[in-house]
Amino acid sequence: MRVPPAVTQRAAVGLMWTLAGLTLGVLLFIIAFVLWKGLPHVSWEFLSQSPRSMGREGGIFPMIVATAYVMGLGVLIAAPVGLATAIYLTEYTREGRLTAAIRFGADCLAGIPSIIFGLFGFVFFVITLGMGLSVLSGALTLALMVLPTVIRTSEEAIRAVPRAFREVSFGLGSTRWQMVTRVVLRSALPGITTGIVLAVGRCVSETAAVMLTAGSALGLPRGLFDSSRTLSLHFYILSREGISMAKAYATASILIVVILAINLFAYWLMRRFVAKVR
Amino acid sequence: MATGPHAEEPQGADWLMRAAPAPAGPAVVAGTTPKVVVEGFTALFQGCAVLRNLSLQLFPRERLAIIGPAGSGKTTFLRSLNRLNDLEAGFSKTGRILLDGQDIYAPGADVVALRRRVGMVYAVPVPLPWSIRDNLTYGPRLAGTRDRARLDQLVEESLKNAFLWDEVKDRLGTSAMNLSGGQQQRLCLARALTLEPEVLLLDEPCSGLDPISTAKIEDALAALRAKYSIILVTNNTKQAARASDRTAFLLMGELIEIGPTEQIFTNPAHHRTAGYITGRFG
Amino acid sequence: MRTDKLISLGLAALAFTALSGLALITAFIFKEGFPLMMKVGLTDFITSSDWYPREGHFGILPMIAGSLAVTAGAMVIGVVFGVGVAVLLTQFCPPRLVGLLKPAIELLAGIPSVVYGFMGVVILVPLIRENLGGSGLSVLAASIVLGIMVLPTVISISVDALQAVPRPYYEGSIALGATEWQTAHMVMLRAARSGIVAAIILGMGRAIGETMAVIMVAGNTIALPTSLLSPVRTLTSNIALEMGYAAGDHRQALFATGVVLFVVIMVLNTVALTLSRRRARGASR
Repeated sequence: MRVPPAVTQRAAVGLMWTLAGLTLGVLLFIIAFVLWKGLPHVSWEFLSQSPRSMGREGGIFPMIVATAYVMGLGVLIAAPVGLATAIYLTEYTREGRLTAAIRFGADCLAGIPSIIFGLFGFVFFVITLGMGLSVLSGALTLALMVLPTVIRTSEEAIRAVPRAFREVSFGLGSTRWQMVTRVVLRSALPGITTGIVLAVGRCVSETAAVMLTAGSALGLPRGLFDSSRTLSLHFYILSREGISMAKAYATASILIVVILAINLFAYWLMRRFVAKVR
Repeated sequence: MATGPHAEEPQGADWLMRAAPAPAGPAVVAGTTPKVVVEGFTALFQGCAVLRNLSLQLFPRERLAIIGPAGSGKTTFLRSLNRLNDLEAGFSKTGRILLDGQDIYAPGADVVALRRRVGMVYAVPVPLPWSIRDNLTYGPRLAGTRDRARLDQLVEESLKNAFLWDEVKDRLGTSAMNLSGGQQQRLCLARALTLEPEVLLLDEPCSGLDPISTAKIEDALAALRAKYSIILVTNNTKQAARASDRTAFLLMGELIEIGPTEQIFTNPAHHRTAGYITGRFG
Repeated sequence: MRTDKLISLGLAALAFTALSGLALITAFIFKEGFPLMMKVGLTDFITSSDWYPREGHFGILPMIAGSLAVTAGAMVIGVVFGVGVAVLLTQFCPPRLVGLLKPAIELLAGIPSVVYGFMGVVILVPLIRENLGGSGLSVLAASIVLGIMVLPTVISISVDALQAVPRPYYEGSIALGATEWQTAHMVMLRAARSGIVAAIILGMGRAIGETMAVIMVAGNTIALPTSLLSPVRTLTSNIALEMGYAAGDHRQALFATGVVLFVVIMVLNTVALTLSRRRARGASR
């Protein structure tokens, strides 16, 4: 007995919609659940105070600062390096062995798990270079982690700029660098910024790598060489050691809010980018 | 490139039947030193010759039209004159091109300065996605001009010379993408003029433009002849007949014939030239 | 012109950061881990089930088994849901909904792994414990959590692969009277095959590399898994859990575990990259 293809189609499409719905449902559930359980425990005191008794009481202010430092410094390093790489790959070389090698490096880097970055950061930055468990070690490690993302998104944004613009610039007597900065980057900026914003998002979520490089000290980091604990690490420790469910949920909800804000911002930037190029 | 809503052209179809203005400036006098000398120039891409052993001269204050079927090397020739071909992979050349007696391909020659002296307008109008004013000041800014008053002056002069000033003088700050196709192309012409070049290269500037825009650009070129040497590449033989002083016929990379426009179109010396002009091939 | 040369060199130097970073990582991980692997013996290291650091026994077989079990389970979910949603997005979804679903999937990718792990602990583990027995901390829990986590990777790369299939393939099939579903699974999926395989392999790489979420829900017992409900410890969890207090040979052994992970993932990623590059070069049949 053959099932008519129209019926198979309806069944298959129905199945796929179920899968999609489940996927979406999981996302919404996670966000809603964490916010529902956590936001009630979030208060101004929570955000502005330091933790007491290992985090059972008090707030998460040092963790917010630590996250900002590590993420800020990490992106500050990764963004120019990644952008320079993208510019070099697209504007200063032709496709060949050299570009293939650089791309290979970036692609491989993108696939390395965060725990390996953590191990590397530990043995290289913390020990060999003597920076110790610190904001600096964490930032450098994270910079290496998000570098491929910045390279990839910057390259896409630069490639989207029409080729004719470059010719016009050369025809008017510009050097290559003038063409890149005054014409290409000016048009590619929204796309590049989106990539950097996404990199920021990755930094905020990262736990394994910072655990081994920035450490887990509870105090407020005052300088680059202080050890500190990021938000996601704090959340991990709170929940794993069973210190305080309420504080754990609260920390998680702050994390979710930040991630949501970052993603929305990146999404809005992307929309503007597409609108401009059209 | 998307153009914005079609801005009104002040003239209508009747205007097209007007008598075209006479070209400005005295015609080239015999014995004048040529502005550009091309000697035995061969252009190759990946070893494949696109231009073969081309030799011709361009005089100051003349409009030279270059005609020929597609693939003759006309665009390659233009791009060799401002060394834009250097940007292509696999480009090589033999022979010389002299601008005011200096080989533009000499080792150590300043390419950036060359491109300021030899301006170019492309087949498709390419306004940069900025305001009209920014489009026009880009070139001078690259050259180091910073004085606001001077930049304003350059903007106004070049727009007037491109016959675009009246239409856009009130909206220099608006986006250049909102101009119609014909206006954009005149903007590109003005943009090339802001650098006050000595030679103007135009690569089929009116392809795809309506007849009124085309006529305006041809009028602008007639007026510009007073100050510039102009090379106009065109697929449209009738445009060449209208808007040039001398015409060169290129076929499959070789220069077949060059001479006064009137002579080329009424009594060409070479049978192939006659064949192309009469439409036997092309 | 000299400035241009300088700028070019400067950019080139920065551009090599990625490659040199990779080289440094490879060098240091191997430098720290290789000596111990040689000391213990490569085969012993990989095939022994005895992980007793204090007595100097370093066998990572249970962790390898744990990683394999959890990854396999994750890929079941990843492939079914991932490819399914990808096909839906590219073949059946109206454009407005695509504009909603795609950012949602990107958001899924942005949620920190620790939050996923946490949700696993709070919701999934009790669910398994009450309905299926055991402690709930199990291969099953880790597989489900990891499966959800690799979805964005599998979906986005599969979507790219499906969108790269030339339109004439689709139109040709429809013109022959096939339904969209028949076209989807007989023509489009087959044409996008190498890209989808690449997506799955990259998803596998992500699953193998995941650490925090797995620690929270997998149980972390050093024993070969006997069923879906067995608690396991993966290679990554092992490193993260013991690095805090490991010293000397113990620490080296953790680096050696890192070497194994590194090699496996490099192989996986290279295979995936070659596959997608072959597709890009137009070898679609």
